[in-house]
Amino acid sequence: MSTSTAQYEPKTRVGRITNFVDQRVGGSGMVKEFGRKVFPDHWSFMFGEVALYSFVILLLTGTFLTFFFDPSMAETHYDGSYVPLKGVEMSVAYASALDISFDIRGGLFMRQMHHWAALLFVAAVSVHMLRVFFTGAFRKPRELNWVVGSVLLILGLAEGFTGYSLPDDLLSGNGLRIIDGVIKAIPVVGSYISFFLFGGEFPGTVIIPRLYVLHILLIPAIILLMIAIHLFMVVVHKHTQFPGPGRTNNNVVGFPVGPVYAAKAGGFFFIVFGVLALMAGFFTINPIWNYGPYDPSPISAGTQPDWYIGWVDGALRLMPGVGEFVIFGFTLSLNVLIPALGPALLLFTLMFTWPWLEAWVTKDKREHHLLDRPRNAPTRTAIGVAGVVFYCVMWAAASSDLIATHFSLSLNDVTYWLRALFFLGPIIGFLVAKRIALALQRKDREIALHGRETGRIVRLPHGEFIEVHEPLDEYHQYKLVNYESPEVVPPQPNAEGKITTAEKARGVLSRIFFEDRVAPPTPAEVEAAHSHGGHGEVEAEHEDQESLPRQ
Amino acid sequence: MKALSQRRRHPLAAIALLLMGLLLTGGLYAVASGANEAKAQSSPYTAEDVEEGKKLFVANCATCHGMSGQGTETGPSLVGVGAAAVHFQVGTGRMPLQMQGPQAKEKPPQFNEEETRQMAAYVASLGPGPAIPGEKALDTSDADPGNGGQLFRVNCAMCHNAAGAGGALTRGKFAPQLAGVEDVHVYEAMITGPQNMPVFNDATISPQGKQDIIAFLNTIESTPSPGGADLGSLGPVSEGLFVWTAGLGVIIAFTIWLTSRSS
Amino acid sequence: MAKRNSGNPNTPERVTGDAPSQLERHQDPGLPPHRPRLADKDPKAANRAEKQVSILFIVSIIGTLVFFIGYFGVDISNDVEALRLQNMLLGLGTAFAMLGIGTGIVHWAKTLMPDHEVVESRKPITKEADRADAERIVGDILDESGIKRRPLIRNTLLGAMVLAPLPAIAIFRDLGPLPGDKLSHTMWDEGVRLTLDPSGTPIRAADVTIGSAVHVIPEGLKEAEHKLEEKAKAVVLLMRLNPEDLDPSEGREDWGYEGIVAYSKICTHVGCPVALYEQQTHHLLCPCHQSTFDLTQECKVIFGPAVRPLPQLPITVNSEGYLVAQSDFHEPVGPSYWERG
Repeated sequence: MSTSTAQYEPKTRVGRITNFVDQRVGGSGMVKEFGRKVFPDHWSFMFGEVALYSFVILLLTGTFLTFFFDPSMAETHYDGSYVPLKGVEMSVAYASALDISFDIRGGLFMRQMHHWAALLFVAAVSVHMLRVFFTGAFRKPRELNWVVGSVLLILGLAEGFTGYSLPDDLLSGNGLRIIDGVIKAIPVVGSYISFFLFGGEFPGTVIIPRLYVLHILLIPAIILLMIAIHLFMVVVHKHTQFPGPGRTNNNVVGFPVGPVYAAKAGGFFFIVFGVLALMAGFFTINPIWNYGPYDPSPISAGTQPDWYIGWVDGALRLMPGVGEFVIFGFTLSLNVLIPALGPALLLFTLMFTWPWLEAWVTKDKREHHLLDRPRNAPTRTAIGVAGVVFYCVMWAAASSDLIATHFSLSLNDVTYWLRALFFLGPIIGFLVAKRIALALQRKDREIALHGRETGRIVRLPHGEFIEVHEPLDEYHQYKLVNYESPEVVPPQPNAEGKITTAEKARGVLSRIFFEDRVAPPTPAEVEAAHSHGGHGEVEAEHEDQESLPRQ
Repeated sequence: MKALSQRRRHPLAAIALLLMGLLLTGGLYAVASGANEAKAQSSPYTAEDVEEGKKLFVANCATCHGMSGQGTETGPSLVGVGAAAVHFQVGTGRMPLQMQGPQAKEKPPQFNEEETRQMAAYVASLGPGPAIPGEKALDTSDADPGNGGQLFRVNCAMCHNAAGAGGALTRGKFAPQLAGVEDVHVYEAMITGPQNMPVFNDATISPQGKQDIIAFLNTIESTPSPGGADLGSLGPVSEGLFVWTAGLGVIIAFTIWLTSRSS
Repeated sequence: MAKRNSGNPNTPERVTGDAPSQLERHQDPGLPPHRPRLADKDPKAANRAEKQVSILFIVSIIGTLVFFIGYFGVDISNDVEALRLQNMLLGLGTAFAMLGIGTGIVHWAKTLMPDHEVVESRKPITKEADRADAERIVGDILDESGIKRRPLIRNTLLGAMVLAPLPAIAIFRDLGPLPGDKLSHTMWDEGVRLTLDPSGTPIRAADVTIGSAVHVIPEGLKEAEHKLEEKAKAVVLLMRLNPEDLDPSEGREDWGYEGIVAYSKICTHVGCPVALYEQQTHHLLCPCHQSTFDLTQECKVIFGPAVRPLPQLPITVNSEGYLVAQSDFHEPVGPSYWERG
C-alpha cells in the first residue's frame, strides 16, 4: 500500500479519483483494456445497440408501470375517467391498466413507450440477427454468441407475449385463449398443462398474476444474464469488420472507445430514446380502451397478436382443416400441432445449428473476423432470403383479413395464394436471391477487370466507337477483388479410406453451395486485363491516360 | 379562455359536448328530411307517396326486384322488408346496385330524401316491415354509452371491429367501417339486417340498447385517440407495420448519419 | 495502378490455418490516406460545429421544459382531449430532450473529436499452451477425485442426481386441479332457458326473427360460481332461418325449433368465438383463423383450419314460449384435446 503510493503520486483531480478507485477495485486495468479499445464503424453494426437500448428503456418504463399496475383478476366495476367504459364489469388488472392510461399523468406515455420499445426491441434483435447471418459474422469463433443471440430472440418473444397478455383486455384475452387451444392439442398432457397453467379451466383467476411474475421477474432476469454473456463474448472476440484496404483478419480498424466510440454509442442511446418518445407521444399503440375487458363471449374483427408472434398465428391460419385423427379413443389434432410447432421448429433448428452446418459443408475450421458482403456468399444469402420469405408469407397470413379488406380481395383467395406461396415463396426467393448475388459478383468482377463505365463515347481513328472505361482507384479496386470465395470440396475419404454417407451428403451440399461460384479475379487476371490490349476499352485507356504509369 | 378551458374539463363537459353534437346533427337531419319523419312514424304514407314511389321503383329497381317487388333471379323479394330497408339501402347509396359483386358498396346516394321516402312508402305498402325510425327512436340524450359498448362488443365487434373500423367476411364480403355512418342508418341496419348482416330486432337488442350502441359509436367517433394518431384502429398489424417502416426507418437514418464521416 | 508496387505496412496476412486456395493474394494498398474534415482545417468551421453542438444541447433543455409544461400545465381529469395534448407534449418534450443530447454528442464526436481510424491487432482468444495445461489439470482433478476408478460412487451419485430435481417438478403439482371431465360438460341442461348475452333476459321463440343472430348465455350464468369459466364453454349463437334451408341429419330433426337452431360459439380449432354470422349465405366465420362453418350443413367446416363441426345445442320451447335447452351439448365444445375421444 505504502509502496504503491510512493510509486504513483496523483497530481490531477482525475488522477486522484483514479487512484482511489484503482486501489480499491483495480479499475485501471479495465481502463487500460477498454479505454482505447477499437470498434469498427458501419451503420449495420448498430442494430444490436438499438436492441440493447430498447431493453434499457423497457426496464425504465416497465419499472414505472409496475408501481401502478395491479395484476389481480378480481372482479370490479370501472369508475375511472374513460366515459365509454363507465360502470362496466372488468378485472382489477384491466381497470388498473385503464387508470395508468387515463388517470395517472404520464402513465399513458409510459405505457405507449413501453409497448413501442417492446416492438422495436424484437425488431432490432431480428434485424441484428439478419445482419449477422448475411455477413457471416456467426462463423468461428462467434458460433456460441450466435446461439446466445438466438436464445435472446426467443426470450424476447416470450417476454413480449407475457406482456401483451397482462392488461386482460379483449384482444389479449382472446390471444390467451388461442394459446390455451394450442396447448390442449398437445398429445397426452395437453389438457393437464392447460389446467396447470390456468389454475383450472380457462380463463381462471391466476393466469395474469402468473404471467406477471414471468414478465417482470423471471424472463427479464434471464434476458439480462444472456445480454451480459453476449456482451462479454463481444469483448472477447472483438468486433468483426468488413474487408477492405488495411483491414485484415488479424486487425481491427475503427475508432477507439474513448472518446469517439463512447460518444457515438452513448449519444445513440439518447437518439433511440428520443425516437421512441416521439412514437409514444404521437402514435397510439394497443388502445386497450377500444377493446374492452376480457369476456369469453365477444371478439373483435382483426384479432391479431403483436407482430413477432404473427408468423405463428399466420401458420395456424394457412393450415387447411385436415389432420385430426381419433386413435384408440384419443384425439390427435395435427391441424393445430403442425402449424403451431412445425415452422417454429424448422426455423429455430436451422437458426441454432446454422454455424455448424455451414462449417461442416465448407470444411472451414478457420477463424473469421472479416465479414462477407452478402453477394460474395451467394448460397448463404439465398438461403437467408428463402428463410425471410418463408417467415414473411406466414407473417402476411396473420393479416389475411386486413389484406382482403384493404385491397378489396376475397379473404379465401388471399389464403389460397398464401398457401401456395408458403411452399413456392422460399424456392422463388432462393433462386432470385442467388441469381442476383451472382450477377452482382459478375458485375464486380467486370468492373475490377475493366474499370467503371464512364458514359463517354470515343471514336477511334479507324472509325470504331467505344465507351471509355475508367479504372478504379486502388482502394476501391482492392474492395472488389479481395474476398474469400470457398470452392467445392468433394467428398473426402476418412481414415479407413471410405467415403461415408454423411460425407457424400456433405459433398452434394458443397456442390450445391459453390459449383456456380464466380471466382474473384486473380492478380494475374487483373494484370492481364489492364496491360494487354485485348479489349477496346483498354486501348482507349492507353490513349486517354497515357501519362499514367502502369505496371 | 381560462374559464372556457376550466368548464371544458368539467365532468359533464364531454357529455354536454356530445349532446350538443348530437342535437346539432339531429337538428340538421330533421331540417334536411323535413317533417316527413314524424309522418312516417305516426301515419303511413299518403296514396300519392305510394304512387310516386311505384313510378320510381318501376323505373329504377324493377329490373332486379321485379315489377311488383316480388323478386327475380338477380334480386331478392322486397315484400315485407319494410320502409327502413329502403331508406337504408337507397339512403346510403348501396341501391341501386352499381354492378353485381360479393356485396353492394356504399356510394353517394342517387335519390334525394323525398324520392327515397316515396320508394320506401311503396315498398312498405307491399307488406308489413320495419318502419323508418323516428326522432324519438333516435334520441340518444339519455343513452348509456357504457352499456352500448358492451352490447356493441357482444353483437357487433366480431364483424365491425371493436373500434368500428370494419373487418373481412368470407369470399370478398366485408363489414364496413362505422365512422361517419348516420345514426338513422345504423339503427335501420340493426332492424333490417341488410345483405349478410343479421337482424337485431327489438327483442334481441331493445330500442334503448340500440340508442346506447349509437351513443357509444358517437362517443368513440367524437373522442380522438388519447394516445395520438390511431393508425387506422386496426390493432397490432398496423402497429407492427409502423414500427418496421417508420420506427426502424428513422433509426436506420440515424445510424447512417452516425457512422458517416463528417465533411 | 502504380502505387500497387509501392508496398505498404499493412500487408495482408494469411488467415489462421490453411487457406484452401487463393495462394496468390492481391496487394493490400493499406488504409486510405486520412482526409481532413472542414473543422480540422478551418477554425471557423470548428467554432461553427461547437455552436451547433451547444444549440442541440439547448434544444434538449427546452425539451425538458416542454415536458414539465405538459406534465404540470395540462389537467387531464375526465378529458380525453387534454390527455391527448398532454401525451403529445410529454412525447415532444422527451423526444427533444433526448434527441438534443444524442444528436449533440454525436455531432460533437463526428466534427470535433479526432477521426483518425486506429488499427488494433487481434490477439488470439487462447494460447495453445494454456489449453494443454487446462486439459492436464482437468485430467488430474478427475484422477485425484477417483471418480473413474470407483464406479459404485459414480453410479450412485448419478442416480441421486437424476432423482434429486424431481421434487422441484412435483412441487408444481398444485398449480391447478386435474381436468377430470370438466371439459366435456357445460352449464346447459334440460330446461335451462336461453338468455341474452350480456343482459340475461330469457328469449321467446317468437322474438327470434328470420335472419337474426342472437348471442346467448344459459340462464343463471351471472350467479354461477365460476362465471367466466362457465361462460367460456357455454356461449351459444342462436340463429333462425327458413326451416327448408336446414337439412338435419338423423336423430337431430327435433334439435331446433321452427328453423331456430343453436350452436356452440367456441371454435373447434383453438377456441376463438365463432361469432360472425352471414345471414344470407348462412356461413359462420371465425375472425381469428378464418374457419368457416356452414349452418345449412349442421355447421360443417367448409374453409379454414378447423376440422370438426360446431357442436349443436338441442333446444325446444317450454310451456311459456321461452327457448330452453333439451340437454347439455352431446359432445365437448371447443378445441380438441387428447382425452376427447
